[in-house]
Amino acid sequence: MNVGIVSYGAYIPRYRIKLENIAAVWGADGQSFINGLQVKEKSVPDLDEDTVTIAVEAARNAIKKQNIDPSRIGAIYTGSESHPYAVKPTSTIVAAAVGAEPVLTAADFEFACKAGTAAIQTCMGMAASGMIDLGLAIGADVSQGAPGDALEYTAAAGGAAYLIGTSDLVAVIEDTYSFTTDTPDFWRREGMPYPEHGGRFTGEPGYFKHVTSAANGLMEKIGTKPSDYDYAVFHQPNGKFPQNAAKMLGFTKEQITTGLIVTMLGNTYSASCMIGLAAILDEAKAGDRIFMTAFGSGAGSDAFSITVTDKIEEIRNKAPTVKQLLANPIYIDYATYAKHKNKIKV
Amino acid sequence: MTVSRFWRKIPHRYNLIGTHCTTCNEYYFPPRQMCPNCRRDGNIESHKFEGKGEVVTYTVIHTAAKGFEMQTPYNLAIIKLDEGASLTAQVICHQDEMKIGMRVHSVFRKLGEESEKGMIYYGTKFVPD
Amino acid sequence: MRDVAIIGASYTRFGELWDRSLRDLIVEAGVGAIEDSHIQGEEIDGIYVGNMSGGRFVEQEHVGSLIADYVGLARELHVPATRVEAACASGGLALRQAILAVASGYDDIVVAAGVEKMTDVSMDVATDALAAAADREWEGINGATFPGLYAMIARLHMHKYGTTSEQLAEVSVKNHFNGSMNPRAQFQNKITVDTVLNSVMVADPLHVFDCSPITDGAAAVVVASADIAKRYTDTPIYVKATAQASGTISLHDRVDITTLDASVVAGQRAFKMAGMTPDDIDLLEVHDCFTIAEICAIEDLGFFKKGDGGRATAAGDTSLGGMIPVNTSGGLKACGHPVGATGIKQAVEITEQLRGTAGGRQVDGANVGMTHNVGGSGGTAAVHIFSRDR
Repeated sequence: MNVGIVSYGAYIPRYRIKLENIAAVWGADGQSFINGLQVKEKSVPDLDEDTVTIAVEAARNAIKKQNIDPSRIGAIYTGSESHPYAVKPTSTIVAAAVGAEPVLTAADFEFACKAGTAAIQTCMGMAASGMIDLGLAIGADVSQGAPGDALEYTAAAGGAAYLIGTSDLVAVIEDTYSFTTDTPDFWRREGMPYPEHGGRFTGEPGYFKHVTSAANGLMEKIGTKPSDYDYAVFHQPNGKFPQNAAKMLGFTKEQITTGLIVTMLGNTYSASCMIGLAAILDEAKAGDRIFMTAFGSGAGSDAFSITVTDKIEEIRNKAPTVKQLLANPIYIDYATYAKHKNKIKV
Repeated sequence: MTVSRFWRKIPHRYNLIGTHCTTCNEYYFPPRQMCPNCRRDGNIESHKFEGKGEVVTYTVIHTAAKGFEMQTPYNLAIIKLDEGASLTAQVICHQDEMKIGMRVHSVFRKLGEESEKGMIYYGTKFVPD
Repeated sequence: MRDVAIIGASYTRFGELWDRSLRDLIVEAGVGAIEDSHIQGEEIDGIYVGNMSGGRFVEQEHVGSLIADYVGLARELHVPATRVEAACASGGLALRQAILAVASGYDDIVVAAGVEKMTDVSMDVATDALAAAADREWEGINGATFPGLYAMIARLHMHKYGTTSEQLAEVSVKNHFNGSMNPRAQFQNKITVDTVLNSVMVADPLHVFDCSPITDGAAAVVVASADIAKRYTDTPIYVKATAQASGTISLHDRVDITTLDASVVAGQRAFKMAGMTPDDIDLLEVHDCFTIAEICAIEDLGFFKKGDGGRATAAGDTSLGGMIPVNTSGGLKACGHPVGATGIKQAVEITEQLRGTAGGRQVDGANVGMTHNVGGSGGTAAVHIFSRDR
């Protein structure tokens, strides 16, 4: 199938909190968290930012790069685990804000951190089958970690949007392969503000089983091996997991470096590997091959094999790159962070 | 603000859709049905503003309007868009960065919400170039 | 058009008046004005009352009927009563409507009143109710407050003309000084420039002491045809001009943000109608909802060049002994600002000054006075000129 990425855009809020500031509040050893997680700081949304505003900014960046006529967008799917409305889709607000109303289909996706890539797969099917001209797949989150919990050190905010179509591709998606099981490694019940997780259970039976199964499954299906790829990017709940997964699968440190943005960003959940992919696309050249594997708790993994085309040069620098979005952060302390994340009960 | 009142102005708030009088060539944001220059001789069409402009004047609000208490201090400015129309909007940056004449561009942000259970209002704010 | 004169005037204490309701206040002011005019209730042809927001403050609309009823003029005499609303210019417009009714020849004696009961709701509900005087859809929704809008005027005025925070503070100091001699004023304490500059910042550059307060109060005047005025009083105060103008409701649509066009035009219309210029005016009551508003007012009305208002105030030109005393009542800042009542109170102050009964606040030889009442950030302006001479 000749289907792939027509354009892409990312958005990262400007505020950051350093892990040592979080640790200090809970009387924990900041350095050991930094070493263990291989994350130094994480992004924090502004008081007036949420998953919707982040999704819109990322989508507008994607559209701006190719100067797309928004009426061509036939489907919008936003994946997140922090949609501001439990009922009323983020995707319709995005549709209004990018000018794609009213002839389109839309819905919101949820699958923990792989809701965004699930949206990409759906758009691939709809575009390849001729159902739509362009699909807009977005992963965006302002994820919450319970105060004092391990997840508080990494739960971050960000978004990435991908326009999927069958012509004028900047990158072809040769194939995608998914591995999905009912594995309760991490969840959040309706109405609860913070998620629960199975601690170390999230590792081997969760992340590693699904990531390696999907990755190996894809490479077997299309007959490729790790050395065929110039870049690889995995879901990044912290710095350690994707590095271990790479090692287990046979990818090198050099292949994953460009896409490994979690150290200065934290885990942006549904946007995680999608922002990592954007960082790679910001630098990749025609002919480069990229291997991406997302992971969502609950649990599942989506693997993608991507080849960059020469059209990538046409869209360079038309909207902020991931590097530019990561630059000039504004650091805040825990009290301000708590206010921004609505952790203070009013 | 009620649901229908907010909904009616969504394209204007999200996408800076104002109006343009083709008779006298003046641009209006917020939108106007009646051109104050031409009145019934005016010919009004929709116009999507670029979102670029400069700060004409500003203040830093310390005593918030209802619903904006969590945001203080926040910057409020009158911004003249390049097409000529001026509007009132928040500018997101440190208060010390605010200057008359500074160039700004539009971003999509939350304006507020009716309540914890109610509708969320989205719209346009500005950031320095 | 006939000549019109004020034959009676009164206002209540202005302040946080816990034991007075809206109706208590209007009855007190109304009866006070009627007694001052020596008319009988049966002689009243009509009532106009300025009230900005009975609905938001005391959940009461239909304020015209309420007032006519509670001053005893509804059940037997069925006097026509009309509520007039133009935000903070409600009083000034009620005054104008009363004057026009008499000038037209339709009515002979009409009461113009104003009332606001603002302290029954919490501060943030009051502030939100006042914000309805701005453009709710396009200013309010972005978090604009009234201090915020006037602060933006101040910021630009400072940028263009070099006006300073100290000069703004001098407006407040002067008005408190004047208010200290007005027994009905909400604040009768004298203050200094430091008091203002050290007070909490509300919307940069306006401090708490740059802002008029939330106030309860009512005021009323009785206007009559000049031909019959001397039957009731030895000192009728003649209306030489009544003028009104609208401006854009939102600040961002103004041609020049430091000029309230509505004030300029209303002022020009008033001077033209009276055949006068600023040199003919002995004292002014202007709309100092914020200190910057007074500075803009004295410029917009033509008493000082645009940009010179701050310097003039600091130099004492608008003080009690100065070139053109402004706000001898204490203004909105010290006397208080019960929104609907202010425009009428201003007329009462001029009446007392022209009659020579202003006590410690008296301007010697006051013959001609002007009032200036603004709605919102300049969406409406009402200007009146009064004289001892017909």
